[in-house]
Amino acid sequence: MPLVVNRVEQGRYLDSVALMRVSRRLEALPGVLGAAVMIGTPSNRALMRDAGLLAAEGQAAGPNDLVIAVLAQDAAAGRAALDFALQSMHEKDKGSTATFARARSLGGALESLAQANLALISVPGEYAAREARRALERGLHVMLFSDNVPLEAEVELKRLAGEKGLLMMGPDCGTALIAGTPVAFANAVPRGDIGIVSASGTGLQEVSSLIARLGGGVSHGIGVGGRDLDERVGALATLAALEALDQDESTAKIIVISKPPSPAVARRVLERVKRLHKPSEVCFLGSKEPGLARTLTDVSERATGKKIAPFRSRLKKGKRRAVGLFCGGTLCAEAELIFGGRRGHRFIDLGDDEFTRGRPHPMIEPELRNEHIAAALKDPRVGLLLVDVVLGYGSHENPAAVLAQNDLSSKVVIASVTGTDGDPQGYSRQVAILRSAGVVVAPSSARAAELAASLVS
Amino acid sequence: MSNGARIDALLAGPVRAINIGLAGFARDLAACGAEVAQVDWAPPAGGKPELLAALERLAAMESAIAAANQAVIERVLAAEPVLAGVHRADELIPALAERRLVLHTGPPLGWREMCGPLRGAVCGALVFEGWAADLTAAERLAASGEIAFSPNHHHGAVGPMTGITTRSMPLLVVENRVGLAKGGGNRAFCALNEGLGKVMRFGGNDAEVLARLAWLRDEFGPLLGRALELAGGIALGPLIARGLAMGDEMHQRNVACTSLFLRAIAPSMAAGGGPLEKAFAFIAGNDQFFLNIAMAMGKSMLDPARGVAGSTIVTAMSRNGTEFGIRVAGTGERWFTAPVEMPQGLFFPGFSAADANPDIGDSAILEAVGLGAFAMAAAPAVAGFIGAGGFADALAYTRAMAEIAVARNPRWTIPALEFSGTATGIDVRRVIETGIAPAINTGIAHRRAGVGQVGAGVARAPLACFEQALLALGDAAGR
Repeated sequence: MPLVVNRVEQGRYLDSVALMRVSRRLEALPGVLGAAVMIGTPSNRALMRDAGLLAAEGQAAGPNDLVIAVLAQDAAAGRAALDFALQSMHEKDKGSTATFARARSLGGALESLAQANLALISVPGEYAAREARRALERGLHVMLFSDNVPLEAEVELKRLAGEKGLLMMGPDCGTALIAGTPVAFANAVPRGDIGIVSASGTGLQEVSSLIARLGGGVSHGIGVGGRDLDERVGALATLAALEALDQDESTAKIIVISKPPSPAVARRVLERVKRLHKPSEVCFLGSKEPGLARTLTDVSERATGKKIAPFRSRLKKGKRRAVGLFCGGTLCAEAELIFGGRRGHRFIDLGDDEFTRGRPHPMIEPELRNEHIAAALKDPRVGLLLVDVVLGYGSHENPAAVLAQNDLSSKVVIASVTGTDGDPQGYSRQVAILRSAGVVVAPSSARAAELAASLVS
Repeated sequence: MSNGARIDALLAGPVRAINIGLAGFARDLAACGAEVAQVDWAPPAGGKPELLAALERLAAMESAIAAANQAVIERVLAAEPVLAGVHRADELIPALAERRLVLHTGPPLGWREMCGPLRGAVCGALVFEGWAADLTAAERLAASGEIAFSPNHHHGAVGPMTGITTRSMPLLVVENRVGLAKGGGNRAFCALNEGLGKVMRFGGNDAEVLARLAWLRDEFGPLLGRALELAGGIALGPLIARGLAMGDEMHQRNVACTSLFLRAIAPSMAAGGGPLEKAFAFIAGNDQFFLNIAMAMGKSMLDPARGVAGSTIVTAMSRNGTEFGIRVAGTGERWFTAPVEMPQGLFFPGFSAADANPDIGDSAILEAVGLGAFAMAAAPAVAGFIGAGGFADALAYTRAMAEIAVARNPRWTIPALEFSGTATGIDVRRVIETGIAPAINTGIAHRRAGVGQVGAGVARAPLACFEQALLALGDAAGR
């Protein structure tokens, strides 16, 4: 038999909004058919009476009293609802605990971070140039992570940045280290005196990690985007970055990294490098230019003046076909170069557009690489597998474990791990996981490719 | 600054980043100790090509538009609104004396398009004016075509909820006295607030409602008008500033401003004489008494901006319970309309969302002038209406509204936002780019005529109004 229960709290005031919220929560309780929590003014009492919620007790309440009124299925449900109401009026709302401000527009975000100096942009390519232009116009340096930005837009953005004295990193720039802060896909690298300008994200990750593991440190790692040394872009960002690093007090040596640029642009960059006031090393992967570093490992060793400890493997040379399955495009290109055109081996960059359209990059989701690895392991013609594991911010939390889901002991598997012990995944932990799965872990990407090349005939 | 100098400043650190897009990057930056603010990006204009094209056309005229918008903002912020008096509506609005005319809330509509509470209020007003003997006769008369309908906004007036204004009703007069000495200045009107519960603005129309209206007309209105004349008017700008500091946002919460107003007018009411006890009790018993004063003030501040060529700033938002309409400075008198949305909110006992009427009222003029939901952070007590209801939500609302407004009012500040000014001047372009629809704090009427208020909550202005306005502005820019 449903019954109405009232309770009057004398001399108690709560904002009517708070009370309406309590009412709503009461109505959701089991066995409660209707409820109201209101100050006992005549009009409120009339409302409660009309709603069939007022008992004699509530009828006697005054404008300084609080009335809790419940229509319940039985006495127990009524009592429970009254207790719940009293309890919820004592509760305080939990505020949201976001660690950073959120907004829907650049202008809105700048209201909460007026001193911002960098815009990191990762929106679909067709909108990316628009957002980058706006950020430059607001005086922000830009790191444009997005790809699929038209080349003309890239040139326009880099010219605009040049006019304003701003840094335009990208488009298609995945990695930067600015004043010790890793931005996007980057590693926890100690600060030091080596400045890096790189047209390759994974190239910058490998070199900065190697410098760290060799005991050195990085002042800044400036990404410029994969096309900056294209003829039509003319190294606009690279030249601006070189200028900045040459003047930067925390930088003592400068490294330049790129896949082979067009000859004219290469000349222009090398001429600029020659005029730097600071010692420099250049790695144009695949370039025959004398004096340049040959590999990412080579350029790291030259810049730090230290050598990676000699690395030997007990594996015997044999007639094997090698397959390289990479997350890092530049690491794939470097391995291919080290194989030097030996035929019958395959190198696949699984981060290429062809594999990532509509899917996450394998650095974020390495499981996407596992199907290719499983196929290679099953293929009787394949004798050796070469893989990279890229750590750092942005990357998967445990890529070695994902790789080790495969039975890696059936074939020769050689890996390199790009990263540091400061990375969220931990370099040593990742290497240990791979080794216990039977993987030969080389000390760098180039060493891994060199070992692989030495084991195939 | 020489080229390279600014890059040096970046390299000197620390990195303070705006992350536009993938939120994981912002989390990593924060984890590395960098200051970061996140932009939760979505395609501008919802990716609609015709809107993007209009935005592009307007972008090509950026400097002219910015100058026009600046002129609008200067006019709005320079306003000196003063509550000057109370007069019969037909003394202020000649059209009301000329024919049987009923003014209503929102953009234009006819009897047949009217929702329940609006029809209820119209019928009550027809009886009140003696044009119909009872509500049944009133309904027949309203449908007959012998009664003219017109928006308040077309006659310098506004009204809350149904906003019904007829010839004998007493109207508050707010004078915007800026430039008055040089022949400038403008006025805006609003009816007196009737109190809470069953009232005409929520569609109530029974004998009790009409008796109260008669008392307002015959006793309270003249009494208050006399007091205002004796006081030389009450300046509203400073009063609002203090109300914001005391937890009002002037739309859902007017308890501080009502109290401040009563304090300011009481001596002159006493001096003017009359049946004071009832008059004082009426003001003191109605936390929303000041709402109607604030609305007339908002209209008086925004009207001077109407017709500033090229400006993309909203000069009015209003709802008639069927359609939501906006006006934009650069397009003058034109309304851009779309079907109104349902307010989301909390309901009085015995009522639920099923009883609610769609969004209604001229009171969104308050949001257009930077109060209401735009000042929600000043009024934590109101935050509960918006669902989860923490103070953080009130802050989030006000911050979001700031993203679509071009200026801050230095005279009206919000303590909880480090005394930053209320967001003023809704820019149609920003609404479309961000997809942030203006929020409006509102009362909720019962969907049937004659019932009255059933709750309160928050409604959104339909984006479609702003889309049409943008296309019209874009067309004008293309010519």
